[in-house]
Amino acid sequence: MYRTTSFPTIWNEFLRLQRDMDNLLGDSYQSGKRIAPQYPAINVWANQDSALITAELPGLNKKDIEINVIGDTVSIKGSRYPEELPENAKYQRQEIGYGNFHRSLQFPYTIDANKVEATFKDGILTVKLPRIESEKPKKIAVKTL
Amino acid sequence: MVNETKVLDIHKEKLPKADTERTRECPCFIPRSDIYEVDDKIVLLLDMPGVNPNAINITLDKSVLTVNGYVRVDEPEGYSLMHAEYETGDYERSFRISNQIDQSNIDAIYNNGTLKLILPKSESAMPQRIKVKVGE
Repeated sequence: MYRTTSFPTIWNEFLRLQRDMDNLLGDSYQSGKRIAPQYPAINVWANQDSALITAELPGLNKKDIEINVIGDTVSIKGSRYPEELPENAKYQRQEIGYGNFHRSLQFPYTIDANKVEATFKDGILTVKLPRIESEKPKKIAVKTL
Repeated sequence: MVNETKVLDIHKEKLPKADTERTRECPCFIPRSDIYEVDDKIVLLLDMPGVNPNAINITLDKSVLTVNGYVRVDEPEGYSLMHAEYETGDYERSFRISNQIDQSNIDAIYNNGTLKLILPKSESAMPQRIKVKVGE
């Protein structure tokens, strides 16, 4: 059991540090293997009722992103297409990657698929994943006898 | 069909510490970029997700083109961060451009997190055809 309190902003830095250290010294470090980063990089935000995932997907069109929710799993699929160049164009530098990607995330609760909202703005995808009503934490009133 | 020129991967390179002190607290990244050349222009693509189009500064000083993108780091209200794989921050990158570019007609378009800069070549840099005269 733990206490949930609202931390002042400086605490976010400590939490971030703790997360980074966990990543560094966690299971993957001890077993000597490194987990290959998956594309896209995802940040997950959560509260008691829902989770929010954000991903940086620059250069994609809205229509090329597909989000599927099955039970407690959300999957994000998409493709980034290179620009159609005229035949005589030639690349002088190419650092941006193109292609297909597919990533799934599992949550510790069932997602209410009807209430999932997704927005895509300036290359950032935000998906709101609410917990299904029946699995939300309930307050139990204490009765006096 | 998707042209698999390069595998998609996560790559955000942080700007090395400059001589001058940054006045903003968030990290600064070097945006990834593609550069290609067509007959009459050079096109630059820069990945700058999360930047508001109004917060992009493009400056041309002598022959150095600098792109700055400022990100407003706002955290969703009522949520706490559980898992983080990427950081948000500003973007900065400079390019040296040759004097064969028509520096007064540079165009910039921002769409879906990608900035496209179109640098037209100046008239004098265009390939010219030399007519052969028939001598007597």
